[in-house]
Amino acid sequence: MKPAPFEYLAARTCDEVIGALAAGEGETRVLAGGQSLLLEMNYRAVRPVQLVDINRVRDFGGLDVVTVPDSGPWLCVGPLVRHGRFEQQVEAGPLGRLLARAVHFIAHPPVRARGTMLGSLAYAHPTAEWPTLAVTLDARLDLVHEHGARTLSADDFITGSFATARRPDELLTRVCLPLLPTATGVAFVEHRRTAASFAQLAVAAALSAQDGVVADARIGLAGTAARPTRARAAEALLTGRAPTDEAINRAAAASVGVVDAPDDPHAGDSYRRHAAEVLVRRALMQARDDIAERT
Amino acid sequence: MNISLTINGEERQLDVEPRRTLADALRDDCGLTGTHLGCEHGVCGACTVQVDGTAVRSCLMFAVQCDGSTVRTVEGLAAPDGTPHPLQTAFASEHALQCGFCTPGFLMLAAAALEENPALADDPDGLRELLTSNLCRCTGYEAIRLAVRLAAAMRNTGGT
Ligand SMILES: Cc1cc2nc3c(=O)[nH]c(=O)nc-3n(C[C@H](O)[C@H](O)[C@H](O)COP(=O)(O)OP(=O)(O)OC[C@H]3O[C@@H](n4cnc5c(N)ncnc54)[C@H](O)[C@@H]3O)c2cc1C
Ligand code: FES
Ligand code: FES
Repeated sequence: MKPAPFEYLAARTCDEVIGALAAGEGETRVLAGGQSLLLEMNYRAVRPVQLVDINRVRDFGGLDVVTVPDSGPWLCVGPLVRHGRFEQQVEAGPLGRLLARAVHFIAHPPVRARGTMLGSLAYAHPTAEWPTLAVTLDARLDLVHEHGARTLSADDFITGSFATARRPDELLTRVCLPLLPTATGVAFVEHRRTAASFAQLAVAAALSAQDGVVADARIGLAGTAARPTRARAAEALLTGRAPTDEAINRAAAASVGVVDAPDDPHAGDSYRRHAAEVLVRRALMQARDDIAERT
Repeated sequence: MNISLTINGEERQLDVEPRRTLADALRDDCGLTGTHLGCEHGVCGACTVQVDGTAVRSCLMFAVQCDGSTVRTVEGLAAPDGTPHPLQTAFASEHALQCGFCTPGFLMLAAAALEENPALADDPDGLRELLTSNLCRCTGYEAIRLAVRLAAAMRNTGGT
């Protein structure tokens, strides 16, 4: 099908975008990469009265490491940073490596040339890669509206499947991801039905090591519940221990506790639990090898 | 809305509704029907064209977004004197098409990729990842892969 008619505004400044969202009374949408919005409009699943195109806003392409007193360095990403940008490591440490690995799972090169990280977070597909990483790493998201601004953790921002805490008049202006300690091993693994479809299940893992034991473990799962979730019980089982096969197997078994999703045509509950355990084990093994390769 | 864009080297003024996708503007307003529409939701890649040198889905962009841009479609791939692009020659000689519906998309995808990185043809994983972008129901992809490699080799030896 073809999209329903709408008014089009090519904004030049952030203020113009925020003004249009405020005036739009919930009927105005941001057009970023358009790689999800146009699909929905072609289906007529959404029929916005107005689109405010942000592609010509000059200072929206920011990608910088920002040091915040007391909480260390963060990689801050603006609204026009496209997925493809992360194929080359944007930061020399484990965070840049993790982003470069995860990005290859997102669609394919032509979609990655247009789609944006912030657009993906705003869209909040339940198994999308960026929301999964944002929850796993405790990213922080900045939202701006006409009369103010707020910052939310990824966990508070993503409230469900395709659901976020963003109000219709709010613009996502950046997401900040914490840089990871040098001795961190990272992995991103997925199970998907075709190369270009969304994942059925995805797991992100980051293990920071100190003196042979895990000082910090992060395990995030997607496709196991309505939104990406951290497997905190599994993380706790690894923290303070050496990442032996046995410790990893126990953590993988514990991680199925987060599975809370209705059956779908491709997976019932027992299959999903089994697949989650296998993927977590695989991710943790890869993360452990990743530490070993670099130290 | 009035927009102006350069399509295959020719400047064009168009008056389009904002909801007109780039694909429909090319096909219906410019008569450039070499760009095909399969799914209109980003999956098949038949509509792939180059906007400012980058391969994109023309079903997932509005024409008004391309105001001031340079667009290249399959009609602009051959040299001005009609000499086929190396990829066109290679697709023919490797039998990389049967029905041909997907071919314009694959050509524009591969042409942009080889221009950006001619060494891609020697990187099996990279080439495979690129070619998963588009769907072909006929060839089974192997002939397409071989054609892209042949075209890259032709470029490197200076052939056309
Ligand atoms: C064939 C295909 C396969 C795909 N496969 C995957 C995949 O495997 N994994 C994956 O993660 N994604 C996949 N995608 C989706 C792709 O990653 C999109 O780019 C992404 O979901 C949305 O980003 P966008 O910049 O294109 O946003 P848009 O489509 O422009 O916008 C999406 C939504 O977010 C809102 N929005 C966008 N930016 C902002 C902002 N800064 N502030 C407030 N609201 C905003 C829009 O109003 C809209 O509601 C696929 C897409 C296609 C077409
Ligand atoms: S028609 Fe655009 S991707 Fe299928
Ligand atoms: S040649 Fe028929 S779809 Fe590719």
